[in-house]
Amino acid sequence: MRRNYALQALNYLIFMALIGYFSTSPAYRHLPEGEALVVLAFSHAGQHVEPCKQVSAEELAKLPPNMRRPTECPRARSPIKVELLMDGEPLLKTVAEPPGLFGDGGVDIFLDATVPAGKHHFVVRMNDSVRVKGYNYTYEQTVELKPAQLLFIDFNPEQGFIFK
Amino acid sequence: MQVPPLKRIYLALENWFNYSFGSWNPLYHLGTLTFFFFWVVLISGIYLFIFFHGSLDGAYASVDRITHAQWYAGGIMRSLHRYASDAAVGCILLHMFREFALDRHHGARWYSWFTGVPLLWMVVTLGITGYWLVWDRLAQYIAIGSAHLMDALPIFFGSMARNFLEGALSDRFFILIEFLHLLGQPMLLVFALWFHVRRLSNVSINPPRGLAVGSLLALLALSIVKPATSHEPADLTTVPQLFNLDWFYLNIYPLLDYWSAGQVWVLTIGITLLLMLLPWLPPRKAGPAAVVDLDYCDGCKQCFYDCPFDAISVQARSDGRAHEHEVTVEPALCAACGICVGACHSSNPFRMADKELKSGIDMPQLPVQALREKTKSRLAALEGKIKILVFGCEHGFDVTRLDSRETAGITLLCSGMLPPTLIEYALRNGADGVMVSGCRHADCYFRFGNRWMEQRLAGERPPVLRSRVDRRRITIQGGAETDQDVVEAALARFRERLSGLVESEDDGKGEDR
Repeated sequence: MRRNYALQALNYLIFMALIGYFSTSPAYRHLPEGEALVVLAFSHAGQHVEPCKQVSAEELAKLPPNMRRPTECPRARSPIKVELLMDGEPLLKTVAEPPGLFGDGGVDIFLDATVPAGKHHFVVRMNDSVRVKGYNYTYEQTVELKPAQLLFIDFNPEQGFIFK
Repeated sequence: MQVPPLKRIYLALENWFNYSFGSWNPLYHLGTLTFFFFWVVLISGIYLFIFFHGSLDGAYASVDRITHAQWYAGGIMRSLHRYASDAAVGCILLHMFREFALDRHHGARWYSWFTGVPLLWMVVTLGITGYWLVWDRLAQYIAIGSAHLMDALPIFFGSMARNFLEGALSDRFFILIEFLHLLGQPMLLVFALWFHVRRLSNVSINPPRGLAVGSLLALLALSIVKPATSHEPADLTTVPQLFNLDWFYLNIYPLLDYWSAGQVWVLTIGITLLLMLLPWLPPRKAGPAAVVDLDYCDGCKQCFYDCPFDAISVQARSDGRAHEHEVTVEPALCAACGICVGACHSSNPFRMADKELKSGIDMPQLPVQALREKTKSRLAALEGKIKILVFGCEHGFDVTRLDSRETAGITLLCSGMLPPTLIEYALRNGADGVMVSGCRHADCYFRFGNRWMEQRLAGERPPVLRSRVDRRRITIQGGAETDQDVVEAALARFRERLSGLVESEDDGKGEDR
């Protein structure tokens, strides 16, 4: 079979042009210009659905020594209900059921939203107990967001919500 | 015959490459070309690894030094590493398109297709971990995207994506990614490649030297013209906005901006499963497998050497005859190509002239006896001055379209099924010439049919066409379904050549008289 080296060069040129182009192009915009990202992400285990019970001395005595614990807690935990408002409008919201066969696992929350850069007032609130009506954790803060800034809202039970 | 549109497109593309590359046609060497690009990736990767600093603080700076401070070596190596990886994915996609368009994924060949689809994902994930190691804005984007994908799987506890927000990353993260990219994934890939070619014989992993040199030069030229560079360094306090995505490897990540990670998984797993199941969509009935007749098999092993799909095995003689070996056919692996029949020296039409011709190995759907009868009857029906018999194959140009007063076409399962002695038989029984068609040159639906046939006729592979057979009366012209013009033109040239031969022979006889 005959070969045409000029045509071969043309074919290599076309192939490499395609490789060179698609290895970087078209450019992709992940975040629109002038926007910032708000991420509400934390791990937290809801409170027990029923309160822990104090075990009496008589009851403890009936138990084998290795099972004697002063409190007895039912395993099921409450769902986590969390909400983030920006300038009075709901921005992120979820109700996460505790995982696990007995509904006793910790919950991982990861919610994000892009927002216009600028000054915003955020209110974040959470309910982690079915025995409490409304929200038992609330925090609010005004933040001046720069374009492409990442506002990370974390939570831990000791400090509550933290804006990072 | 109606040629499916996809196949028509592919054949046109193949034609164009045939004009340029001849037997180096890259479409005939997509598998080996992919291997070649991996060699380039491996060698350039080893070089980069020497200078790479696998830590959170050092990775970006070391890649930057490799790219700019030693642009003439490290920079080119980095570009080669990237572009060869991209070219490998391009070749894999073309390889899949080709096998699908040419319908080479059905029947006994399901295994190679089925094991080939996950390879694409293995290569893609290998590329993804490679992009992580640069630890620039693009790496940050795909690292977080990958973490979201992992979090959607019910196999991990905790949120991996949160690690990137908390600054919980450490150098151990880099060690893990380095281990995956440099050792874990490549080893898994090599193992999977071995599985992929497990049911093929005579597997080649090197492309023709000319094609390899051309590809390397082209990669080098691209590396010089458009060197691979990094984005800004990763910064976990801000969000990457605009970047140059490598669409060969990272095309899945933009979907995460529109869909949930779970939906992306459903899409990718769905496409993968659909691709893997294509050999059975729709289910087809495979042709009967080759059958061994031990009464006529002397265990010469030629069918074992010639079988393209490793369906034949050799074992110790079981029937007490004096021969050392016998062969057996594994029906599940047999693609029903009949190449073994062409390889068997007992498929000789001069044998058992007065009774039914039996071969050591035969195809139930087209036994050598039927082939001999067909040859005889088609020749007997020919009229005119120059009688030509054309043997073709089911998957190439339909040679019965050449039927005329002076030409008769006989369709085989594959041109490799043609016993060389049948050509001699046709010439001795009234044919002025024999043309052998089949798939296009350097290509074969059954991998090696036309190559083995050409080697047998050239006396390079047993069973050889006897040297006393007049080669001027034989021609080979492969062609696909769309190549009617090419095959007809070759037939016309052959007829002209035969006319000259016949005339000179007639003149010779006259002078003798």
